[in-house]
Amino acid sequence: MGLDFSVVPPFAGALFTGALWTIAITVSAAILSFFGGIVFAVIALYAPRIIRLPFRLFAWLFMGTPLLLQLFLIYFGLIQIGIDLPAFVAGVIGLGLHYTVYNSDIIQSGILAVDKGQYEGARTLGLSRMQTLRKIIVPQAVRSVIPPIGNNMIALLKDSALVSVIGVAELTLSSQMAISRTFRPFEFYVAAAACYYVINLGLEAGLRRIERRIQLAR
Amino acid sequence: MTDRPIIDIRNAAKSYGSLEVLKDISLQVKRGQIVAIIGPSGSGKSTLLRAINDLDPLTSGEVWLEDTQVNKALPTRQYEAHINAVRQNIGMVFQHFNLFPHLNVRDNITLAPKMLKGISKTEADALAVEQLNKVGLLDRIDYYPSQLSGGQKQRVAIARALAMKPKVMLFDEATSALDPELVEEVNLVMKQLAEEHMTMIIVTHEMGFAQDVCDRVLFMDQGVVVEEGPPEVIFKNPANERTRNFLRKHLKGQN
Repeated sequence: MGLDFSVVPPFAGALFTGALWTIAITVSAAILSFFGGIVFAVIALYAPRIIRLPFRLFAWLFMGTPLLLQLFLIYFGLIQIGIDLPAFVAGVIGLGLHYTVYNSDIIQSGILAVDKGQYEGARTLGLSRMQTLRKIIVPQAVRSVIPPIGNNMIALLKDSALVSVIGVAELTLSSQMAISRTFRPFEFYVAAAACYYVINLGLEAGLRRIERRIQLAR
Repeated sequence: MTDRPIIDIRNAAKSYGSLEVLKDISLQVKRGQIVAIIGPSGSGKSTLLRAINDLDPLTSGEVWLEDTQVNKALPTRQYEAHINAVRQNIGMVFQHFNLFPHLNVRDNITLAPKMLKGISKTEADALAVEQLNKVGLLDRIDYYPSQLSGGQKQRVAIARALAMKPKVMLFDEATSALDPELVEEVNLVMKQLAEEHMTMIIVTHEMGFAQDVCDRVLFMDQGVVVEEGPPEVIFKNPANERTRNFLRKHLKGQN
């Protein structure tokens, strides 16, 4: 049996909807993991021990265990303690927290790399520690780590395929559903791969734009 | 009493372990006075300057700004509030400028006044214009620090400090990191401040500038003030051997 890509167009609508869900999950988890990463980084570096330790345990948990397992735990596990999350929300939380931990590591190194003179410059004007952190240190740290964070976001996009297993009809699950109707795995997986590639191009273009915009301000 | 010093350093001492970097230094600076601190590197002059706003806390001794003790012993939280309030009155200019690279010139100048003095954006912008006019860089108001020369950066840094309307300005080798041809523009701004009777304490390697602008010169070496006096005396007729040696090395080549 040869390959026949003419089976794909009839499912274009379903794949397109799947792609939109992929984008929605990726963008939501990216936003969560970006701001979460900042909060985690600041806590890891500056919070008192009693707050730092539980966060470290949490970070270790999210770095040291498979993302797939984390998704199962959040979606299927939490129901047992009365937290019944919609699949989309569970997916965003799982992906978001997972990448929060990775982003936090990068942002921490960015914070530590900000020149000490910046801190002194702000403090001598009368800014408090917190004000200095918020207005001077973190904005500079984040700008300096946009490229590695961008790489994480591209990895996040690809990992978003994992939420298909908890039933979010994103791109991967949509193509699987088309396959179960047509028995044409090659054509639909290639089509899905092409969609991921296009989304990736868009993401990269967006990241390049952000990098260009902050280039002067470094 | 109008003669009361604006800055009063009493028996300042600082050590890192067994290394004494400041040994029992006392210094009073009156309103409008311009004091230069000179001396070889490692003499403690920057440390003394940085003790004035408690950036480098003293091991013992007191620093007073008018009738407020700067380095008051307070519980952490109270100290934070206290020092942030005190520092608003003490402008500082650094060797490496320490402009905020992610903010343009306007925001570099207005950030602190907006956050700390609760002034509106309009007032803050007017303040930026006023201060930039003073340092001759109004046309650079929308530039980012990365687009400025070293001399321009330092002039913006001075404008930023002035925008807080400080009572005293501290200069920590403000021209040492500049290319020689850029030093003069910064010196001019500092001279202009001197003419406006801003109280200034200037750590510098530039003997010519110290001689021209300052009312008093302190020569420090190994953590002590070896000699102090008006520039005519220190530069032309120093009493101490160490001062003479230092000046012989540093005045060579500078007429």
